[in-house]
Amino acid sequence: MSALFDYTLRLADSALILGHRLSEWIGHAPLLEEELALGNLALDLIGQARALYAYAGAVEGKGRDEDALAYLRDCGQFRNLLLVEQPNGDFAVTIARQLLYSAFAHPFWRDLARSRDATLAAIAAKAEKESAYHLRHAGEWLIRLGDGTAESHRRAQAALDTLWPYVGELFESDAVEEALVNQGIAVDPAALRPEWERSVQAIIAEATLAAPAGTGMQSGGRIGRHSEHLGHLLATMQFLQRAYPGASW
Amino acid sequence: MSAGLRERALAAASGVVDPEIPVLTIADLGVLRAVRLAGDTVEIEITPTYSGCPAMRVIEQELATALRAAGIGKFRIATVLSPAWTTDWLSKEGRRKLAEFGIAPPAGISRRSHFGTDAVACPRCGSAETERISEFGSTACKALYRCRRCAEPFDYFKCH
Repeated sequence: MSALFDYTLRLADSALILGHRLSEWIGHAPLLEEELALGNLALDLIGQARALYAYAGAVEGKGRDEDALAYLRDCGQFRNLLLVEQPNGDFAVTIARQLLYSAFAHPFWRDLARSRDATLAAIAAKAEKESAYHLRHAGEWLIRLGDGTAESHRRAQAALDTLWPYVGELFESDAVEEALVNQGIAVDPAALRPEWERSVQAIIAEATLAAPAGTGMQSGGRIGRHSEHLGHLLATMQFLQRAYPGASW
Repeated sequence: MSAGLRERALAAASGVVDPEIPVLTIADLGVLRAVRLAGDTVEIEITPTYSGCPAMRVIEQELATALRAAGIGKFRIATVLSPAWTTDWLSKEGRRKLAEFGIAPPAGISRRSHFGTDAVACPRCGSAETERISEFGSTACKALYRCRRCAEPFDYFKCH
């Protein structure tokens, strides 16, 4: 399996799983404007995933298209970050997850837009603009929740505390990334940490929340070791293709 | 002969309208990037406004229909991502049509600050006293605003 395929698949899986999570809010969002916003965010992420899957399939050269990669792999073959598969929880958890991811994704896509791989660079250039909206949206909401009522403050703090163990994985890399970083294709995620810290800490402070102090971090998404939540997500997302293989309309 | 073919293809492709904002053609929007000939085959390039824009498939189908209606049978339609689409490509004519349709056109050029909102004039009464309701609207490319003078809500085609 080539490093480029693996790398592209990781990016695609994170975008798809987070996009699917956000789509779970459709019909349940706390207000109409937020229903539209979360749907828009999901659409951006699933659009990014489609472009990445199509490219991964072409790189692999075994005839797998975006649908085969999204619908016909099981948990252990998914390579997404653990953060993005965490359940929506209450609205505060969804917003905190979006902030922690987007504060990473925005500088990540910006830097990947300078990749020597022309296709990844093109996908990244589009995704960067979109992730800027996502970051702004999540940041504004976290401030509103944290600096809102006692109840919204309590929930926003609980959300950050719940998700914090998954932020360490954002900045990890393995041999796949290292090989591609050396070729000028991939972004070294560790290099993005200072910028992520600055933007996240500034928003947490403005939200009158406290950055969790925990340092124990979970990881494993890169090697397909997931939390129990991913299987449930896939069971819903992949149901149609599992029950009616090859169905289309 | 081949010059005539390209002109016919360009005219047909330029007439295709956006399925979600039907007052704009894909040429007005800057979604239509190129129309050229490769031998006797027409090659067309389009670019999505946003990664997940659901209109792209419909636009491809509409392009195919328009080309066939113009008597052009040999064509290829490719989606290109680079350079990334920006509202800076929206034509003057496109901006005028948007405003007439009741959608405020993008204010200024695309920019990427983390916070703050664009100063948007109400497309109905022209007042600058407007406020953003939500950065996300009925389609990926629009935001929801409200006019404080005439009290009407309206769509804003956001800078991107």
